[in-house]
Amino acid sequence: MYVAVKGGDAAIENSQTLLAEERRGDRRVPELTLDQIKNQLSISVDRVMAEGSLYDRDLAALAIKQARGDIVEAIFLLRAYRTTLPRFGNTHPIDTAKMQIRRRISATFKDLPGGQILGPSFDYTHRLLDFSLVENSDSPVAEEASENILAEMPRVTELLDDEGLIEKEIDVNEQEPFDVTRNSLKFPASREARLQNLARGDEGFLLALAYSTQRGWGKTHPFAGEIRMGEVGVEIIPEELGFPIEVGEITVTECQMVNQFKGSATIPAQFTRGYGLTFGHNERKAMSMGILDRSLRSKELGEAINAPAQDEEFVLSHSCNVEASGFVQHLKLPHYVDFQSELVTVRALRKATTFSEKKEDSTGSKNVEGAE
Amino acid sequence: MTAISGEQKKSSRLKEKTLDGYNFAYLDDQTKRMIRRATLKAVAIPGYQVPFGSREMPLPFGWGTGGIQVTASIIGIDDTLKVIDQGADDTTNAVNIRRFFAKTAGVETTENTSDASIIQTRHRIPEAKLKSDQIIVYQVPIPEPLRWIEPREEETRKMHALTEYGVMHVGLYENIAHFGKVTTSYNYPVQVNDHYVMSPSPIPKFDNPKMDEMPALQLFGAGREKRIYAVPPYTKVKSLDFEDHPFEIESWSECCALCGSSSSFLDEVITDDKGSRMFVCSDSNFCANRRAKGHKGPGLPRKFEIKDIE
Repeated sequence: MYVAVKGGDAAIENSQTLLAEERRGDRRVPELTLDQIKNQLSISVDRVMAEGSLYDRDLAALAIKQARGDIVEAIFLLRAYRTTLPRFGNTHPIDTAKMQIRRRISATFKDLPGGQILGPSFDYTHRLLDFSLVENSDSPVAEEASENILAEMPRVTELLDDEGLIEKEIDVNEQEPFDVTRNSLKFPASREARLQNLARGDEGFLLALAYSTQRGWGKTHPFAGEIRMGEVGVEIIPEELGFPIEVGEITVTECQMVNQFKGSATIPAQFTRGYGLTFGHNERKAMSMGILDRSLRSKELGEAINAPAQDEEFVLSHSCNVEASGFVQHLKLPHYVDFQSELVTVRALRKATTFSEKKEDSTGSKNVEGAE
Repeated sequence: MTAISGEQKKSSRLKEKTLDGYNFAYLDDQTKRMIRRATLKAVAIPGYQVPFGSREMPLPFGWGTGGIQVTASIIGIDDTLKVIDQGADDTTNAVNIRRFFAKTAGVETTENTSDASIIQTRHRIPEAKLKSDQIIVYQVPIPEPLRWIEPREEETRKMHALTEYGVMHVGLYENIAHFGKVTTSYNYPVQVNDHYVMSPSPIPKFDNPKMDEMPALQLFGAGREKRIYAVPPYTKVKSLDFEDHPFEIESWSECCALCGSSSSFLDEVITDDKGSRMFVCSDSNFCANRRAKGHKGPGLPRKFEIKDIE
């Protein structure tokens, strides 16, 4: 008795050994390697890197293995590791115009300079289970295109910008950008803080909110101006050199949303922007982020705010799945002190009510009511 | 709060005892400095919630990351740490956090309240009176006492700045009008140093009076919400109430079944499926110390009746 929720070192250790055993599963089945995860579960790896805010395919694969494929748990592992890493400085902003394109599509123009490049996409697959994958089979090898892709793929928004049809994107940030991983978010949040928050926010949460505003809870129902995915170089400027050097290459997905125009008698009508960017290949997330970036500009653009997706504090305070998952699951921790306090209060209240009911009974008032 | 000095002896002990590849007490020194600055500011403005750049910890948010970060940034190699959850040293989460610091900082740990220099707690204040050379670190889930009245921080920040707490009293009044008494039983709001209304974290209101004029420094860490606040030693902490409805705490007609104490917070333990139950001290160390001194409780559970509760 009296040990129900109390457990010492031994209990925790046993639980963790059991967890490790279950992670390994049937020992007759070969153990997963990180190479297999990196190569064959690459979209999972991408998501873990994006929401874990750390671009490292090996560590993300390790996190997925350790978490038994629980993606949110893997994100948490990566975040907890990331937070211990020293910080050397800021990179130069990546230039997605110079991306080595693997995929680039626009929904606003049928054809455009650079062309529509489908790349690897689930979009036009029929979602039919492919039973040929049950047994390991030789997958087809894709043929190389005869034509080269443009080295500098023009952006759709720039084409609109040339005509002044879309609002200008102005670099307002001369000083060090705000960093949501080092500072507590304050409201109203700057755009860079918002974009960072959304970039590491939970994909499902962003998706649902973006969906809600498309459905009319808010009214951001934009055009997918452009989505591109591919590799970009990452540059830093070491102080002792004074010029940029490339330190690596990362895969990113970028989404530029073109939104309802805005204008007045004095300001000519213009489309507005929404921007999404994620590590790896993740269009669902990048598009949701693009929609929400725009939707959260409602206040700035003087629109009526009446839906969750327009409410900056609501969206940004609840987007992090590491925070959300921890807090929801903390209910598993013992709460018996608080519960005891509530028990004492509720019993005292019930006792008071029982007395007054009896009193009512004796004066007969209850019966009168009952007769009605 | 012991500084980590450069003494050879200490640094060699540090190396031996702490986790490979990680800094002393997990956090890197820049992070600790940032948290200490926030903590100093919090001490200087009692009850004010200081935003800080809370980090992801290897334990989940909502499980004490705020308290852990505060403890990690103030702990030194000479400190002795006690960790409790629900008043007890042996609950799983308390064990786990104590293991975390034993692993990453290699410090001494204790269950004895009076031997600890730092006490990290969730949901309780120990029964034993804390002393001026001790620090108590509370784990805080929701630092904003006005959250249930106004969820927007843009608004609550203004309300705090203007000491505009009328709504809190209206809430209490409505509660009294409805139930005849204030029904908030834990996380009962307090006003610190006649200014900031503060969440005491979800301690039972039974513990609220212990915060008033406490000789020990009280630090509060909310990791997920990225806030630190503090009550300096010997500071006035008043639970909100009305003149004609003064603040009151829970009481039991039972005493502890194990040590016989009738002045401590009691947990109810259900012992069978027929309504038998017993009451035991929630503060396991307090109870053990009393039993060691020869105090004894009635022991066996008995049939529970509603008249037992006042």
